[in-house]
Amino acid sequence: MRLHSYLLRRLLLSIFVLVGLSIVIFIIARVVPGDPARMALGPRAPQFAVDALREEMHLDKPLVTQYYYWIKGVATGDLGKSLVTKREVLEDIMEFLPATMELVMVSAIFVIVFSILFGALAARYKDKWVDSVIRIMAYTGVAVPSFVLAVLFVLIFGYLWPVIPALGRLGAGVQPPVSITGLLTIDSLLTGDFPVFWDALKHLFLPALALAIGPIFQEARIIRSAMTDNMGKDYVAAAVGYGIPNHIIMGKYLLKPSLIPAVSVMGLDIASLMGNAFLVEVIFNWPGISRYGMEAMLRKDLNAISAVIIVFGLIFVLVNILVDLIVAYLDPRIRLGGKL
Amino acid sequence: MNANLQPASDINIPSFTARFKEGFRKKWYKFSRNKLSVAGLVIVLAIVMAAVLAPYITPYPEHAGKFVDYGNASLAPSATHLFGTDIFGRDILSRIIFAFRGALLMAVLVLAIAVPVGVFLGLLAGYYKGSLLDTIIMRVTDIFLSVPPLLLALAIAAVLEPNLTNAMIAITVMWWPWYTRLVYGMATSLRNEYFVTAAELIGASKFHILFREILPNCLSPIFTKMALDVGWVILIGAALSFVGLGEQPPTPALGQMVSDGTRYMPDLWWMTVFPSLAIAVMILGFNLLGDGVRDMLAKGEHDHE
Repeated sequence: MRLHSYLLRRLLLSIFVLVGLSIVIFIIARVVPGDPARMALGPRAPQFAVDALREEMHLDKPLVTQYYYWIKGVATGDLGKSLVTKREVLEDIMEFLPATMELVMVSAIFVIVFSILFGALAARYKDKWVDSVIRIMAYTGVAVPSFVLAVLFVLIFGYLWPVIPALGRLGAGVQPPVSITGLLTIDSLLTGDFPVFWDALKHLFLPALALAIGPIFQEARIIRSAMTDNMGKDYVAAAVGYGIPNHIIMGKYLLKPSLIPAVSVMGLDIASLMGNAFLVEVIFNWPGISRYGMEAMLRKDLNAISAVIIVFGLIFVLVNILVDLIVAYLDPRIRLGGKL
Repeated sequence: MNANLQPASDINIPSFTARFKEGFRKKWYKFSRNKLSVAGLVIVLAIVMAAVLAPYITPYPEHAGKFVDYGNASLAPSATHLFGTDIFGRDILSRIIFAFRGALLMAVLVLAIAVPVGVFLGLLAGYYKGSLLDTIIMRVTDIFLSVPPLLLALAIAAVLEPNLTNAMIAITVMWWPWYTRLVYGMATSLRNEYFVTAAELIGASKFHILFREILPNCLSPIFTKMALDVGWVILIGAALSFVGLGEQPPTPALGQMVSDGTRYMPDLWWMTVFPSLAIAVMILGFNLLGDGVRDMLAKGEHDHE
């Protein structure tokens, strides 16, 4: 019962945040640039064309009216035309979003699997060499930005030691599978095309790793410190006293509560994955929405910029709701409505 | 230890400077116990010194701006050019040291603006919890925190003219909400403390309560977060300059140098690798220092691992 009201409150807050975000985007894309119509047509366009476009974009009306027209369009999926591709922005997004989703999902899987593994290992062998190695890796992992890693990966694996593909989603000459979900790995599995699946997976590895390394070690540190804190608790001493084997104590009684703080910041990690995807996709020539958004930004394609931010805001809000659900599942104090 | 052995008549209240020195000595002891923190301090000091003294210590200070020497272009690292030269014949090491200036300036200015703004709004919202003011401030904060930070900074920097100032504006706009949220949490609990109620009762001004009663008790987490944030600001700044939304050429910036270098990979690898390493070392240094400051300011003896 309490869980429902908790989630309902989160949901209402998310809707509010999205509305607020739309205002922020409106300000960034329509108010800050001064004259979006002039920007859309370029400095050499004749004045009458600019005026016509201004009228078409409702730029001659007060800001509130402008916002009304704009948000009505956004709500009905009319995000305007992209200046670069000359297509409907929505179409572009539908085409480019799956590639980014696939990349972010794979790196999120990397983050989850390896952060738990490294965190648990570092806690299990606290103050031993394993712990020290993971700590050093953590300092370096956090200090090297993902775009620098991406550049170094391309340099190493793209030129010097080409054991694994470093550019694009598929090798040259590989026929992409029939598009069902847009995720190449899943599509190729669904159509039973294993060579393509393997190729797509190999192409995913480096960009996903470049994105994941920073968050992996940040999360691993959080898990380690939560586990070492929990190790001193009475219930663990009790479990040891019962003679429960070490690995069961670690895996069952210690890990689960120790994951709560790590999962709570998982939302932020996903945010950093999505943000960094902007640079990593450009470097790996990954045909995703981030690369599309990056190009839009560099060419001041305002419709595309605002659409990309809206999509990312939406995804981020959904991810945060998901994170709240997982935390509620892990933490009985929230699930059962106790006092925190 | 020795104080207990001395006769009582010798005990006097130490002067302010003595107490300050003692506090500093304790803090320094805490800080210096961790060798990594000291390493961070050394790295940061070296970078700051290098940046400040750049025109005097770099081997080729004139290479930091418009400079062309095709005779020495694209040279691999050697004794005369430790990190090699770029396609215009400019010394990479000199340019990296000059690029530290922009990165440091950015970190200092962004935090100098974002932190006071964020802290002030957090104090207001926290103290007036439940009021309309609180709702407005905190919901606006939620909105800014609902977009991946780098994305928001990229978008703002993209619609403005690309230069260092606008990159700083973009990063500042995305940075303040984190401090608002941090201070908000502390202020909401502090406002119920007896010393705040007491100050209210004797009719202290709101200014006094916010800045003299509540703020001093929030300082340690604020400074900790600032220390840890320097590395992040530098990272985001490097990311912006990597896509061309930061300092414009010919003025060097680390991200910009990395991205220029990628066009000449793998032959001129030094054009990419050394600026990349410079970014990593700089962030590493500030992160280690930040961790040290956090441990130093943490209450109690146990280290917050």
